[in-house]
Amino acid sequence: MTRPLVRPPRKNPILRTRVPNLPPGSRSRVALGLTAAAARGRLELQTCRDCGTVQYPPREACRVCLSRRLEWNVQNGTGELLSETILHHSNELFYRERMPWRLGIVRLDCGPVVVAHLHGDCVRPPSRVRVHANIDRAGQAALVAMPEKDTPNMADDRQLREMTCDPKFRKVLITDAKSPVGQSLVEAIVKAGADLVWAGYAEPWKKPPGFEKLSSLPQVALVPLDLTDSRAVKNLAGEIGGRVDILINTADHHRNYGITAREGIEVARAEMDINYFGLLRLAQEFAPAMRARGADGQSSAVAWVNLLSIFALSNFPPHGTYSASKAAALSLAQCLRAEFAPAGVRVINVFPGPIDDEWNQALPPPKIAPSRVAADIVETLRGSAEDVFPGDVAEDWLARWRDNPKVLERELAAMR
Amino acid sequence: MTMRAGYDDVVVTTPVTVPYMRYSIRGAHWFLAGALAGLLKHSGLGKDKIDGLCVSSFTLTPDSAVGLTQHLGMTLRWLDHIPMGGACGVVALRRAARAVQSGDATVIACIAGDTNHTDSFRLNLGTFSQFARDAVYPYGAGGPNASFAFITDYYMRKYGARRDDFGKLCVAQRTNALKFPYALMKKPLTLEEYLNARVIAEPLRLYDCVMPCAGAEAFLVLRRGEAEKLDQRYARILATIERHNAFPDDPIQYRGGWALDCNELYAQAGVGPKDINVVAAYDDYPVINVMQLEDLGFCNKGEGPDFVRRHSFTADGSFPFNTSGGQLSVGQAGAAGGFLGLIEIIRQVTGQTIGTAVTKARFGLASGFGMINYDRGLCSGAVILATGQQQ
Repeated sequence: MTRPLVRPPRKNPILRTRVPNLPPGSRSRVALGLTAAAARGRLELQTCRDCGTVQYPPREACRVCLSRRLEWNVQNGTGELLSETILHHSNELFYRERMPWRLGIVRLDCGPVVVAHLHGDCVRPPSRVRVHANIDRAGQAALVAMPEKDTPNMADDRQLREMTCDPKFRKVLITDAKSPVGQSLVEAIVKAGADLVWAGYAEPWKKPPGFEKLSSLPQVALVPLDLTDSRAVKNLAGEIGGRVDILINTADHHRNYGITAREGIEVARAEMDINYFGLLRLAQEFAPAMRARGADGQSSAVAWVNLLSIFALSNFPPHGTYSASKAAALSLAQCLRAEFAPAGVRVINVFPGPIDDEWNQALPPPKIAPSRVAADIVETLRGSAEDVFPGDVAEDWLARWRDNPKVLERELAAMR
Repeated sequence: MTMRAGYDDVVVTTPVTVPYMRYSIRGAHWFLAGALAGLLKHSGLGKDKIDGLCVSSFTLTPDSAVGLTQHLGMTLRWLDHIPMGGACGVVALRRAARAVQSGDATVIACIAGDTNHTDSFRLNLGTFSQFARDAVYPYGAGGPNASFAFITDYYMRKYGARRDDFGKLCVAQRTNALKFPYALMKKPLTLEEYLNARVIAEPLRLYDCVMPCAGAEAFLVLRRGEAEKLDQRYARILATIERHNAFPDDPIQYRGGWALDCNELYAQAGVGPKDINVVAAYDDYPVINVMQLEDLGFCNKGEGPDFVRRHSFTADGSFPFNTSGGQLSVGQAGAAGGFLGLIEIIRQVTGQTIGTAVTKARFGLASGFGMINYDRGLCSGAVILATGQQQ
């Protein structure tokens, strides 16, 4: 059984910080379909449209009937562990630094045989396991065989922790802790076992209800942070940047305008200043230190979370300029993800549907509760997805967008 | 099924080894050129008398056999490239024998070799195959170690093989290798050392795994009359088989393609397993040795461990096996590993042994196994050679 993680001792400043190495990240294009599904926390395997055979490893044609019509479908991943090994040698630096490493070969109930990382609590073969698709430190899908039933402290498995961004014993910066989502997050992250939460706030005169209670939690430290102020961002990074393991950017400026209903660009500029330039300022100041600490022991720098919006995928005209600022932020987040990749630091983009807050007052339900967004973020950090769509509206818009972005554009244009 | 046609008077001669080294600063072409030069020197042939060439090499890239013709200045009327790793020796012999038999070529040089730079093994692993790159290599195994660990773990549970069964084979091969000058392993190996060696991928330990190195092997295929003119000792080709992606629905490999073709092999050869005097099996890991003993009919399926306990496997003992020491003790020079056993069998049945000669070696069997494309070896092959008339 996995032993519970213990709080790491303070870092010894005379020891060199381990530099990040990654597992092999090269994949064929077709294999990236596995990664695309894992990025959403799903195990999908190719299934033949003509004969139904499930395929693995990813390929271009059905191994039975040669049909080239292979579709990625969700699989439950249950199967039998046939054989296992514990590696004590690897030619890859990432694994050499993490030996020993347990692997298994599993026959899935849906057909194919897969090589997978093997959780420490899996019973010796032959035994039943559940195979998940995780995102590994290289940002690629990696299959992990988990014990058939949950075990105590399962998340603390040494190998699994190399694929998750669990807040337990980590230090977390939440850039705007005063917003409804921000407050919920502070609470949820503390509950998830974080060592320290820096709670950012921009406007000292604003005292939302409940904030004082949160800020009195022993794990919480208030830090002034105005994302429109480059110097303030730089100063804070100078102070705490070398210790941030997880950064959650909740800062958000949201007004409800399109183009013609209002004169001038001040509102749109204010939205861009927080939602886009704010992210850019944060990334320029905080990303370098986090990149250097991508393999810094048990509590390494591990994730950067952006609170975007489902409006980032396709413009919602009643909130037109806000949608544009979130689309800009999404594009920048993709750049950030690419620049974090060599360090193994995960960029998680969160695309909630309309949150039940003051700026979505005029939108009809369903709207998502701030606490649900916070819970989804914590769950994503503990798991291994990188794109998360909290709430029914977000899932619905995503489904429409994946089906046909042009049709969604017309549907959104018709909404008033 | 119609009986496979025999090979008439097509023979195999002139076993050549380019001495192995752990690492080399040379390219693959250097080793392959050495192999070809060795063939010319020992046969007395001029380069222009070789009109067919069959090449196997992993590190020849970006060249293929075509590039090698210009590199080595050869004008050929028959050319083949066999990218089948551990099965390339058997398959090269099959291809070349039919080409000579049909008159497409007169004298075919079969060569295999690779270089080994300090980093080339690791770099080759990552690009070995699409399935390996996508679905095995990212999981951390240094090449086929993990795949063979799975296969070994499964085989041990299914058939009750023990670590000391595999150890016995490795120790016997090392004993054989001590008399074979090209072997890179020069020190005796005890069973205790085998059992207590450094763990590589449980249950595999250090001496279960071949050592990558650089080197080359070569032989000639031609008609008996040509061989006699050149005063070359020759081996007759009694039978050959090859098979690819056998038993694809076995969830994990516990048998190879030989099991499908074994009966035809002996039927074509006109001899049985009991007539074989010396065997060279493909031995990158000992579990595959045991599988070959079963699938090639020397014992029944699952009786491999018992067979191992009953024999000594040394060149001068019972069931002479991998008498040069095999890859486990000589080294695995890339594609040359697919030739090593065949070359040893040619030497044994033609009386040109460099190490310990097996007494009265009339019939020899060499088998190949290659290409861990994903979770198992896909290519298998075997050949039975008989001693020629000219000894």
